Amino acid sequence: MGAGHSHALYVHEHSVVHRMAPQAKLVAALGMVVSIAITPREAVWAFAIYAAVIVGLTGLSRIRPGFVAVRLLAVAPFVVFALFIPFIATGETTEILGITLSIDGLWGTWNILVKALLGASVSILLTATTEVADIIRGLSILRVPALFIAITTFMIRYLELISDELGRMRVAMTSRGYDPRWISQARPIASSAGALFVRSYERGERVHAAMLARGFTGDMPMPDTELANRPQWAGVLLLVGVFAGTAIIALVVL
Amino acid sequence: MSGVIDIRGVEFSYPDGRKVLHGVDLEITAGERVAILGPNGAGKTTLALHLNGILQPHAGTITVCGIPVVGEHYREVRRMVGLVFQDTNDQLFMPTVREDVAFGPANLGLKGEALDRRVDAALEVVSGSELADRPPHHLSGGEKRRAALATVLSMEPEVLVFDEPTSGLDPAGRRELILTLADLPMTQLVITHDLPLALELCPRSVIMNRGRVVADVPTSDLLDSPDVLADNRLELPYGFDRSGDALSS
Repeated sequence: MGAGHSHALYVHEHSVVHRMAPQAKLVAALGMVVSIAITPREAVWAFAIYAAVIVGLTGLSRIRPGFVAVRLLAVAPFVVFALFIPFIATGETTEILGITLSIDGLWGTWNILVKALLGASVSILLTATTEVADIIRGLSILRVPALFIAITTFMIRYLELISDELGRMRVAMTSRGYDPRWISQARPIASSAGALFVRSYERGERVHAAMLARGFTGDMPMPDTELANRPQWAGVLLLVGVFAGTAIIALVVL
Repeated sequence: MSGVIDIRGVEFSYPDGRKVLHGVDLEITAGERVAILGPNGAGKTTLALHLNGILQPHAGTITVCGIPVVGEHYREVRRMVGLVFQDTNDQLFMPTVREDVAFGPANLGLKGEALDRRVDAALEVVSGSELADRPPHHLSGGEKRRAALATVLSMEPEVLVFDEPTSGLDPAGRRELILTLADLPMTQLVITHDLPLALELCPRSVIMNRGRVVADVPTSDLLDSPDVLADNRLELPYGFDRSGDALSS
């Protein structure tokens, strides 16, 4: 918990990627992720191109590869099940180290792993080079509905406070000798979750009062909308062009 | 002319039936700085929330600068009355301080350069220009308090209402805040338990207890009335010596 929860993803640097307008980066990231997702799994060369570009961008952003690698662990829980596919899928089989594996299953594992890792790398690069407030500003410039932006803004702002509150409650419980080992001891956790919900609800009411006090009438004021200049959009076009082009060639060839 | 704030016979109960205000009468004139004192649960914060229509009285009337605080005037009244909440985390809800300070004036319809000027000027008053682009959860308690003040100053209010402005501040932060408030020309209502703060900032003190105004006196007289203080669960810090603004030994 503690400071910087929502900013743990950001790496303070002064690179050309950091300086790009957030809306340009958002469009580029979306284009890249969509291209990765639609590329046929057999087009291994296409994934190699994506990986090379992402590694290049990481260098350009002055982000340590180790940082991206550690962040990539976040996808681990989602891809673990992919490792079981070769054992349970049917169809033609092959033998690796004496274990019979489904060829189709192996391709399935590869498909999930490579797309999850590449897609997550793009998101990690985006959040490492763009402050949360700028991402929200970028979304707003891209005409994402105001309600969605307002919800996202509040979620990010208060997630940290709520996790701090949870941390304080845990400390208070631990200080009074609570050290759960068995499921039967989980009751205080459930009731603290309830307390947290009530506290968050009450905070919501107070924040709403504070908004009303400053003339809020139902529409969030839109942030300033400076547009990305041409060279940035040229960069976006180039990136998305390379990714989309690769994906299309892969789709046509295979 | 009647007061900047005119409260007459205001009564209020919360939805759970708890009656908090039992007929409050209070008049504040332009430029006054008034401390609102009283024990927890006396109805001080509830009264503050009535001053710009967040809560509506069940009986009685409130006017601000001659304008009744009722639905059709909320927009105007909320421009005139700046409310600084006790918990700055309730007040600062936008991703950056700049956006938060801009929230009020943007709701009033300000845009572009006029909005930027308003924001810069408000931050300047609280010596917080360097806070502009920082996210609120990375600020210290004192910085949050100053930023929260800027969010209402940017609306150029006539009246400022503070709910426990010094709670959670370290002594230096408290001192900075007092100096800032002392320089502000607007009418100020300061809800506080901090008697030395009241003595320093507010020539007049209003004591509330059980939903009523029970005393309305010069703050300096109040400090000579130990019975009144005790009746209302108020106390001066141990060793406080008002003559020298310092602790006697």
